[in-house]
Amino acid sequence: METALLIALPFVSGLLTLMFNDGKAKMVALLFSLCTLVNAIYLACNFCTCTVWHYELNMPWLTSLGINFSVGMDGISLMLVLLTTALVPLIILSSFQREITNAKSFYCLILLMEAALIGVFTARDAFLFYIFWELALIPIYFICLIWGGENKNKITFKFFLYTLAGSLLMLLAIILLYINNPARTFAIDQLYTVGASLDFGTQAFVFWSFFLAFAIKMPIFPFHTWQPDTYTTAPTQGTMLLSGIMLKMGIYGVIRWLYPMVPDAFSFYAHYAIILSVVGIIYASFIALKQNNLKTMIAYVSIAHVGLIAAGAFIGNLESLQGVVIQMFSHGINVVGLFFIVQIVFERTGTYDMSVLGGIRSKAPLFTTCFIMILLSSVALPLTGGFIGEFLLFVGIFKYHSIIAAVAGLTIILGAAYMLNAFQKVMLGEANTNTSDFKDLVLTEKLVLIPIIALIIWIGVYPQPFLNISEPAVKALIEVASKTSALNH
Amino acid sequence: MNVLIIISILGIVAMVSEIFGLRKSIWYIVVATLTGAFIINLNDWDTARRYYDDMVFIDNYAIAFMGLLLFLAFVWFFLSKDQYESDQFNTSDHYAQIIFSLTGALVLVSYANLSMLFLGVEIMSIPLYILAGSRKKDLASNEAALKYFMMGAFATGFLLFGITLIYGVVGSFNLSQIQHHVSEVGNLPLMFYAGVVMIMIGLGFKVSAFPFHFWAPDVYEGAPVMISAFMATIVKAAAFGGFYRLFSVCYTDISGHWAGTLSIVIGTTILIGNTLAVYQVNMKRMLAYSGIAQAGYLLLTLLVLTNASANALIFYIASYAIATLCTFGGLYWVIKFRGNDALDSFKGLGKSNPILALAMTISMLSLAGIPPAVGFFAKFYLFTVLLEKGFMPLVLLSVLGSLISVYYYFKIIIKMYGTASDDTSTLYISIFNKAVLIIILVAILAIGIMPNFFLGIITQ
Repeated sequence: METALLIALPFVSGLLTLMFNDGKAKMVALLFSLCTLVNAIYLACNFCTCTVWHYELNMPWLTSLGINFSVGMDGISLMLVLLTTALVPLIILSSFQREITNAKSFYCLILLMEAALIGVFTARDAFLFYIFWELALIPIYFICLIWGGENKNKITFKFFLYTLAGSLLMLLAIILLYINNPARTFAIDQLYTVGASLDFGTQAFVFWSFFLAFAIKMPIFPFHTWQPDTYTTAPTQGTMLLSGIMLKMGIYGVIRWLYPMVPDAFSFYAHYAIILSVVGIIYASFIALKQNNLKTMIAYVSIAHVGLIAAGAFIGNLESLQGVVIQMFSHGINVVGLFFIVQIVFERTGTYDMSVLGGIRSKAPLFTTCFIMILLSSVALPLTGGFIGEFLLFVGIFKYHSIIAAVAGLTIILGAAYMLNAFQKVMLGEANTNTSDFKDLVLTEKLVLIPIIALIIWIGVYPQPFLNISEPAVKALIEVASKTSALNH
Repeated sequence: MNVLIIISILGIVAMVSEIFGLRKSIWYIVVATLTGAFIINLNDWDTARRYYDDMVFIDNYAIAFMGLLLFLAFVWFFLSKDQYESDQFNTSDHYAQIIFSLTGALVLVSYANLSMLFLGVEIMSIPLYILAGSRKKDLASNEAALKYFMMGAFATGFLLFGITLIYGVVGSFNLSQIQHHVSEVGNLPLMFYAGVVMIMIGLGFKVSAFPFHFWAPDVYEGAPVMISAFMATIVKAAAFGGFYRLFSVCYTDISGHWAGTLSIVIGTTILIGNTLAVYQVNMKRMLAYSGIAQAGYLLLTLLVLTNASANALIFYIASYAIATLCTFGGLYWVIKFRGNDALDSFKGLGKSNPILALAMTISMLSLAGIPPAVGFFAKFYLFTVLLEKGFMPLVLLSVLGSLISVYYYFKIIIKMYGTASDDTSTLYISIFNKAVLIIILVAILAIGIMPNFFLGIITQ
């Protein structure tokens, strides 16, 4: 029941935001999103490790087809719900310095998207999952289309078409699982059993259909071509939603819907997925090194980081999955921080071009400190948020295959190279005409960056509470996967 | 049966209303009668009865389709109200012909005899030949009327020929007797199969399936916008109702003989309809091609022929028709304000009239099959029914078709929200008409979220 309320709250508040005028809308939206956050934190505090699933609700919805409105949270879901509810207020706050036309629709769409995202992370019914999956796409499409930058029509459409192509195949896979289910329901636990009992060919179809949907969303190389353009052209808040939360839908999908669903096909094909993910890391890192546009560079950085998380998700051992969950959380925070830094630079200088920037450090010391903190977390320095996740991921990958781990390990070196390179170009050197009157952070900007940095340090120094939340869930997931695959042999 | 009589009388009343000075009130009479007929129709639920020596058979299938047609007509009268208030056309003539056409449509979904099938098709079509040309001084409108008439006559020829051949074998027009002959007697001569194919061609024209789709874009483009709306929704729904009824009652046992041909027709219809729609710059033509593509999806139900597929057909046609009606309703206003029906006239609509733009957006999302609009659920249900019988290749093709369709449906959305118009004046629509659009929108979303009630209508 609590989960359903958590989904309903941002949905209703999104619609309510439309009632206010454009000037008030942002405060209203911020308040509503904070309420949702408080609600989520409250649920997290009452989250015990005694059972895996909490706050479940199972209500008949379309009875004739065996579709239920079935939601609930385990540790993995809770982590992502916390991420979503924590980032949305920050994202809303990050827009306060901007003049936004038709603001109430903008904030309404953000809140509607939050509802859909929470739905994706908590759905326990395949049909419901699909509905939320698609619902999350529509608000972000309109956010990018209406408030986007140059060439937005073409780029946002490409984004939409790509993701829709993936999801339609996923829909077919879900229907296929459903019609093979003698009980005629979409309940996830039953579909696990159904998926494992399918013959290999059907499993392979289901695997690749799901894979495509998730790979496009993350994105994994070579399905990433929509991503850099979309991230660049979208309004920064849209980019934050896409990179901070929405791409986690893909990773979450892999660990919840793919990994335990078709064990035979998974163990056979996961290798290819891992290789693609690792190739993506190297590929995106090199492009990031060569990028001159700050926002596009961060987009490629995101591909590189996600590649590592995806590899961990497809490996599916305890360390790698724990790493995936904690890294999803800290990546979300990092990347939102990075895009916010980019937005601040852009608002003050009017350019994303790194070659014409420089010398900001001397003008804005506070801003520089924040940038460094987020940057260090992003290159996974120990005691920052990025470290613990990457460490666990590497342990997991190393257990799986040492050479793949070695190649993936290049990300640490390359990551340091492109991030420091960017920092040097933007912040160091002499101030020029673009940056000479660079103002330091104002209040609302501080209010965004301080929580981000606090979270980065918290996860870096004391990640245990977060790991504790997800551990039983990850173990249960692994158990399900091994059980379903054992059924067949 | 009462419904058929009531609607025929309503047609006559509409025709003579001008003589008795009822011009102002005819709209109210029509709407009230349609509501009444709708209720009477629902009262017959679960009382399958045959009328007039088994000419008409009102079973749940017929009642569901008649209910749908009456509802669509009801919505149509609301959407077209403004057009007839602006005195471009002779209201009572138009209303009378629309209602006669509706009568034909009702016959077409409730017949139990091939002669009634023929009569239904003709009663439905003939008024539309006239209506398509009702802009008398407009060349395109005249062209549309002539083309529609020629093509329609041609199709009728095929239909009649097919009916004759089947009569030649069975010795009866009666559907049950044909069904009996097919399943019991067996040993059917080639003539019978030729008849089936001829009927398929005749009805293929009516539902605008490839390769009999050529008339649709020209006719939709030339005819007045709300007449095109009527053709694209009510006529199409009725044609599908008739098509499916005939094949599910009579030809299920010999589906091996026609399913292959039909599969090819379906595949090409989906591909051709969707691909050609991409290249259209005129909204009405685009909707015509979209209608052709959607006809392909609808025909898929004929390959299954179970109760579930009948449900899928009704649900899909309802979702298609309501979204298309809403689109045409929106298009009417755009044409009124901007003067033409080119896609470019949708530019900047998101700013100049948010409600209208929202209506168009939701309709487009529904047609493209994106949740939570009803179109998604219709597609989902259709695919489930098909995959259950193992039509994976055709379903994959349909998915491909839907992806292509997103391109042209979203073209409208992008024009409305992504581009600015030179004409930035706010467009004024009266409260009444806004309310009509909003109610349709809510219906599209609500049925999409709560389709439970409408599923499982047909259980035998």
